[in-house]
Amino acid sequence: MDVKQQKLNKEYQIYVQRKMPKSNLLRDCILAFLVGGIICTIGQAVNNLGKSYFNLNTEEASAFTAIVMIFIGALLTGLGVYDDIGKYGGAGSVVPITGFANSIVSPAMEFKKEGYVFGVGSKLFSIAGPVLVYGISASVLVGLIYFFLK
Amino acid sequence: MEYLKAFLVGGLICVIGQILIDKTRLTPARILVCFVTAGVILTAIGVYEPIVKFGGAGATVPLPGFGYALAKGAMKGVDEMGALGAFVGGVRAAAGGITAAVVFGYLAAVLFNPRMKR
Repeated sequence: MDVKQQKLNKEYQIYVQRKMPKSNLLRDCILAFLVGGIICTIGQAVNNLGKSYFNLNTEEASAFTAIVMIFIGALLTGLGVYDDIGKYGGAGSVVPITGFANSIVSPAMEFKKEGYVFGVGSKLFSIAGPVLVYGISASVLVGLIYFFLK
Repeated sequence: MEYLKAFLVGGLICVIGQILIDKTRLTPARILVCFVTAGVILTAIGVYEPIVKFGGAGATVPLPGFGYALAKGAMKGVDEMGALGAFVGGVRAAAGGITAAVVFGYLAAVLFNPRMKR
């Protein structure tokens, strides 16, 4: 590599570094905290509603909350609102279960033109699939260990 | 007070996710997988239960809460029906969420179209 080329490379690196979006960790964390916190507070309200209005016990109320939150996440993703929340919220919108719903709807919607079986049907699980594979496998492992240690 | 606790605990769990995204370049998909698995493991070793007791929905709504439901269900299943419960209990406890994700996810994907990038 000649000197000119090297100089060009170096300039390019500087250019790239300058153009890269600066990720401000503190700002990102505050936004994630607020957005994630608000979503969980809504979840708490749904949970309390299930307990007081529908007389659900703790377990039933958790399932009810999960179902309602997933419904909200899927609906907002369909309407395109969740992406806007995600732009600001970062992990605050990814980590709650509404983000799980978002990860199911967005690829499925995106690949609809590939048909209802291999487009929508299989892309629903492009992120949810791995989550279920690792989550369920780990839970079976935990159950078996618990069985043998008991 | 209950709401404040949910806000704080839920917010903090998301901050952990944000730090992982910013510092390790893990993609959000990997974060989801890691968080669910972490929820399962933390529940198994008895760490997550107290967090749920304190934080309520702040601990059950984020993805580790999904792992919590799976692990708790698997252990409850073992209590009820032995080794078979390890296979039945987890998904049974999380069935509502999984089914809602499939059904509402499918409906939303069919009914709506991706919005143009603004």
